[in-house]
Amino acid sequence: MYAQMVKTDAARVRSLDEMDPVERAFQERVDAGQKIEPKEWMPEGYRKTLVRQISQHAHSEIVGQLPEGNWISRAPTLERKAILLAKVQDEAGHGLYLYCAAETLGISRDQMYEQLHSGKAKYSSIFNYPTLTWADIGAIGWLVDGAAIMNQVPLQRCSYGPYARAMVRICKEESFHQRQGYDALMRMVKGTPAQKAMVQDALNRWWWPSLMMFGPSDDASVHSAQSMAWKIKQNSNDELRQKFVDQTVPQAKYLGLTVPDPDLKWNEEKGGHDFGEPDWEEFFNVIAGNGPCNAERLDARKKAWNDGAWFRDGLTAHAEKAADRRAAAKIAAE
Amino acid sequence: MSSEWPLWEVFIRGQHGLNHRHVGSLHAPDAEMAINNARDVYTRRNEGVSIWVVRSSEITASAPSEKGPLFDPSNSKVYRHPTFFDIPDEVGHM
Repeated sequence: MYAQMVKTDAARVRSLDEMDPVERAFQERVDAGQKIEPKEWMPEGYRKTLVRQISQHAHSEIVGQLPEGNWISRAPTLERKAILLAKVQDEAGHGLYLYCAAETLGISRDQMYEQLHSGKAKYSSIFNYPTLTWADIGAIGWLVDGAAIMNQVPLQRCSYGPYARAMVRICKEESFHQRQGYDALMRMVKGTPAQKAMVQDALNRWWWPSLMMFGPSDDASVHSAQSMAWKIKQNSNDELRQKFVDQTVPQAKYLGLTVPDPDLKWNEEKGGHDFGEPDWEEFFNVIAGNGPCNAERLDARKKAWNDGAWFRDGLTAHAEKAADRRAAAKIAAE
Repeated sequence: MSSEWPLWEVFIRGQHGLNHRHVGSLHAPDAEMAINNARDVYTRRNEGVSIWVVRSSEITASAPSEKGPLFDPSNSKVYRHPTFFDIPDEVGHM
């Protein structure tokens, strides 16, 4: 999940009877599956929760370019390099769709950047792990984008129109991301024993962080219940995690890999896999800023922003000059 | 920090002689850069043959609260739809 543990400000979910008429009308529209649009009335908690979730989601797309960007100059073939470039460019695009969706809720782009760069805003825990080998790039497409798809497909039905529409665009493009990753791994497992071992090693390192992407169990979370009542969230974290495991295990088997979980086994009765518990202490540590790459990611992001300042200023200066020239020409013509 | 670039709304004409359709928005310093950025953000997969951009601040929108006064009057005018009129089968296709 690209947005993890989003808070709602709710102490508990209130029933329709407890709401004033305006809020009740809003909740009834949400219950009826209608989309809420930017200028319409919405509860302040709904707006704030969406800002948190969409901006966190956008930051994840932007920071998510960094682990993969690390391998653009070292891709094994020109074709793989072009594919990876296209994928990383898509991530930038996804970030932009989402920032625009968040801006419709009254937060500015600069405010969101400031929150990211100051470390106030979060992004997905998954991007704080290093990409050590080329197999990691395949594993990210297969597992990380696979987990993201699990989360993003239901978000297309989110009650907030701009977010739902951004998700439709993103989901269309995301499938390419997952397939190119799996395709790279299919090629590697048919290679030398060393290459196959590299793929197994990548799975060993990315499996648990991928399961953590969905966040800890939220069956008892009031924030999750409120987000579901608002139809910002459609499924529980555990539901999505279960779906992801059930989908991914046969894919690992096809590659001839072993999922690094001794407790993993098929449970005929429930029609799904039983599996072990991720290390939530590690998760909370990474979220708190102490993962292997938190500092490196944030520094790279800030450096990119600061190094681009002269270029943004240049474009602004050019736009102002051109506008002045047009104004002068208009006066001269009159 | 430099001042924030204005917001532009982006409209794309798809391949098949359709209308330009709103696809989203982006920030850019001027119209020319807005078109360039729109190309990269919204047409990476052949989604269009033409792009329009317009500054968001130039758009005048109806207010959600006006929905009733604006659109309710047409509800009662069902005769505007061809299905309102029963034409006998013998008349043939009409």
